[in-house]
Amino acid sequence: MAVVAKTGNEAMAEAMRQINPDVVAAYPITPATEIVMIFAQFVADGLVDTNYIPVESEHSAMSACVGAATTGARVMTGTSSQGLALMYEILPIASGLRLPIIMCDVNRAISAPINIHCDHSDTMAARDFGWIQIFSENAQEAYDNLLQAVRIAEDPRVLLPTMVTTDGFIISHGMERMEMLEDAQVKEYVGEKKPAYSILDLENPKTIGALDFTDYYFEHKMPLVQAMKDSKQVILEVGRDFGNKFGREYGFFEKYKMDDAELVMVALGSTCGTAKVAIDELREQGIKAGLLKIRVFRPFAAEEIAKELAGKKAVAVMDRSDSYNTQGGPVFTEVRSALYGTSNAPKMINYIYGLGGRDINVPQLKSVFTDLSKIDKMPEINYLGVRE
Amino acid sequence: MSKQKILEIRWHGRGGQGAKTAALLFADAALTSGKFVQAFPEYGPERMGAPVASFNRIADQPIMQHCGVTDPKIVVVLDPSLIGKVNVTQGMPDDGIIIVNTAESPKDVRSNLKLKGSKVFTVDASGISKAAIGRDIPNTPMLGALLKASGLLDYKQTVEETRKKLQKKFASKPEVVEGNIKAIERAYEEVKGE
Repeated sequence: MAVVAKTGNEAMAEAMRQINPDVVAAYPITPATEIVMIFAQFVADGLVDTNYIPVESEHSAMSACVGAATTGARVMTGTSSQGLALMYEILPIASGLRLPIIMCDVNRAISAPINIHCDHSDTMAARDFGWIQIFSENAQEAYDNLLQAVRIAEDPRVLLPTMVTTDGFIISHGMERMEMLEDAQVKEYVGEKKPAYSILDLENPKTIGALDFTDYYFEHKMPLVQAMKDSKQVILEVGRDFGNKFGREYGFFEKYKMDDAELVMVALGSTCGTAKVAIDELREQGIKAGLLKIRVFRPFAAEEIAKELAGKKAVAVMDRSDSYNTQGGPVFTEVRSALYGTSNAPKMINYIYGLGGRDINVPQLKSVFTDLSKIDKMPEINYLGVRE
Repeated sequence: MSKQKILEIRWHGRGGQGAKTAALLFADAALTSGKFVQAFPEYGPERMGAPVASFNRIADQPIMQHCGVTDPKIVVVLDPSLIGKVNVTQGMPDDGIIIVNTAESPKDVRSNLKLKGSKVFTVDASGISKAAIGRDIPNTPMLGALLKASGLLDYKQTVEETRKKLQKKFASKPEVVEGNIKAIERAYEEVKGE
């Protein structure tokens, strides 16, 4: 174990080096460029055995990943924003074919207007493509999540592509203290990939990506439904095992001062750290504030989240993207849906904030808790930090 | 965790002067002293010569917040021509410290900035850089001035760590490493404050 100062991008690139995937196919895009740039240097320096495929677009990057993964190879890529959007056509093919591709996505706003800074619009638009989605609060979590993603995605009960995200610039380009495992520890932790099949196995030929009409398409989607359900158990097992081995345990979410909390914030990503500071300051004033930090957004741990929020006085769900649906952001609609029909459901409002990298600070987050103390007077959907 | 326990620094420079690198080097040095650190630049439409800023947070305990730095205790100005164009003292508290790369005296800078409180330090980092490195890259000498003015880190240890860091970055140009180290040492000696 080594204590180092790394940016989120460096942390992810180092994790990729230690994972030593068979194939990486990627196309650069701000703010994720550094991940594959640093990794390409590792390839050039002979530090990994990876076959690195520089491609001409993100569409090609994901297509190459799909092709490579059908051979049974361990495959990784990295992208962001418009780059992820260009992959959208291929993302459900990866999950439909049950290919455990691992992606680093650096969260960045979607055009227009053109913007390079953080919000979660890119990942949220990919939420229904059958990928597991894991959000990271800081560089340490980005690193830890990426290592765990290999174990989760490749588990025979799962076999789902998995994306691990960081907040663009805030985490991707912010350098902070973190702990890195030794190369040998990671090698042992991720192990050898044991693919279910390889398209290059000529003794056992397979058809992959066949036409499937009204006769069987529906049936062939059901294993994906089941795999996403089964992945929940695997995510918990992997997170506990990581804690036992390396001292940092992970689950679907992190609870911060939740036990006696009356006013609760639900959030994702780097904002959660800032929210913890806000909560500490409020606690000094005797306000019972708490945070439920969602780490795994797909699958969505609806029952578990509903259980944590039951009986709370008021809940604010923070969305760093909008669904433009007139009824709240994607995290809000999920959380509210999770609580529908449950007993003791709290009152709940939504905040859409931080679009295009707009800073979110401690006083703003404290103001959300002030709003929660008079929730009956609050509108259901609020836009925080935007000028009128 | 209350905010007072975290030291926040803002670096002002122009694109190409190394404001980002200075923040990274300082954070690395602080990490070696066992501190918790953050270093991050402000990303705009960056280009050579345009005003840029970068930031540090240094603490003895984990740093959780990821918001921008708005009221830094220490401000480092790599380019004196920014004064009057960029509000370099914005948010700086009355007991703040500002360190400016200039041949002018701290007294003159204080009157330029119309500062009543705060400590003002100056050092001719550009002159030192030209003499020691052969180019006007003021970020490493300003690191030396910051070490003196803040008294936060062990000087000798920090110089050694920075040397190691630069040796990695400039493996093929050892003369760059020694020039930068000399610049740090000279600025540490020559910085004046009031």
